[in-house]
Amino acid sequence: MMNLPTFYERREIVTPGDLLAEDDYVAGDNTYKEDGKIYAMRVGLVEYDDRKVFVVALKAFYVPSVGDIVIGKVVEVGLGAWIIDIRAPYPALLRASDALNRPFKPQRDDMPSILDVGDLVMAKIVAYDRTRAPLLSIREPDLGKVERGQIVEITPTKIPRVIGRKGSMVTMLKQETNCQITVGQNGVILVSGRSPKGEQLAVMAIRKIDEEAHTSGLTDRVTQMVRSEKRGVEHASEEI
Amino acid sequence: MSQKKPEKSIDENDVRLDGRGLNDLRPIKIEVGVLGNADGSAYIEQGKNKILAAVYGPKEAHPKHLAIPDRALLRCRYHMAPFSVEERKSPAPSRREVELSKVIREALEPAVFVEYYPRTSIDLFIEVLQADGGTRGAAITAASLALADAGIPMRGLVAACAAGKVEGRLVLDLNDIEDKGGEADVPLAWMPNLNAITLLQMDGSLTIDEFEQVVNMAVEGCKKIHGLQKETLKAKYVAVKEEVEE
Repeated sequence: MMNLPTFYERREIVTPGDLLAEDDYVAGDNTYKEDGKIYAMRVGLVEYDDRKVFVVALKAFYVPSVGDIVIGKVVEVGLGAWIIDIRAPYPALLRASDALNRPFKPQRDDMPSILDVGDLVMAKIVAYDRTRAPLLSIREPDLGKVERGQIVEITPTKIPRVIGRKGSMVTMLKQETNCQITVGQNGVILVSGRSPKGEQLAVMAIRKIDEEAHTSGLTDRVTQMVRSEKRGVEHASEEI
Repeated sequence: MSQKKPEKSIDENDVRLDGRGLNDLRPIKIEVGVLGNADGSAYIEQGKNKILAAVYGPKEAHPKHLAIPDRALLRCRYHMAPFSVEERKSPAPSRREVELSKVIREALEPAVFVEYYPRTSIDLFIEVLQADGGTRGAAITAASLALADAGIPMRGLVAACAAGKVEGRLVLDLNDIEDKGGEADVPLAWMPNLNAITLLQMDGSLTIDEFEQVVNMAVEGCKKIHGLQKETLKAKYVAVKEEVEE
């Protein structure tokens, strides 16, 4: 770490317009530079990384990025394409030919029978360049209509916390709750397990992560909570 | 109910009707994230003013022809509830509300990175629940917090308050009685980090010297308000952090 002047401690909470650093630093995520001064753009935790300053936002909306897996809701069945709300500033497009794996023929293909308004879809973003709507694809295993499970919506910037370092958090949650957990980069998480209790427990844990994402020692605390809740549930079922 | 107009709003010791000194703000209480359905929200009480601000977006602009190809459309509606003033106010937007919607939008637009999300719209709703003078300032203060709460990228927060002249003396943060009985009222919105004024209006008359003093007083008021804004934005997260980390 270079010895350049900074105005905050690492991981301190900053608000838009706070002066973070001057001169030699490079403005990273959620910051901007004006007259050689770097300011925060969002509420978040400031990080100084060698020469770069960035802010991990505590609240933001999802901005599409090619390659992301997202979970969205069908809002419109159009001609040859579905319009899907992926909780981003722009609605996404899923082409019928993509879902059919062949060209779409209006006289033969009934789109609502594949996906109808209100259905949830897990999809991958295959194109997005800000000039046109983000384009989705479901031509990969495990993608497509969401048939069962529970949905948890959290702030998209907290997704890395749900996944944890090298997936430690989500792996722990899967093991402890016996649930399948699929994390959409847009802040929508699908939890599906054999028992509703396990699902509820996973949902609870994810909510806790969302709330306490900016604190340290989170994985340990969540593990502890899940384990003690599990014990509680077991005791309760024994009594019945 | 008729309000008796007191003979003097400021006594010989420079104490105002509500007990404030000439340079004092009214007591301010701010909260963010008060509305569950909006993307961002804030609530402010400044003296007897009670104002809610809610933000939706950025989202696809509707109707589509309003979308701007190279930036987001910032829309603002300032509205006073029928019960916000002593005599029932018609809920239809008045000439004054249309003007305030415009000046509030223009006071906030320089603070928002509208160019980041072209073709979208950011909708801002301001609802005055109870009015007691200086609502546009309080509305801007709350609205900029609602924008920050929605996670919209901003150059900085905007703080606003008014200063003016009442019975020959320059005062900060006029309430309704002072505003109506006073000689001048200067609402001002200010961006602390860039030292930029984004709203400056004047009602009444002042000499050039007085005007300069009044502007400086209002900026000082904005500084105090900005401190409160920052505290409010952090409060929610700091509370959680303290609770779990002890």
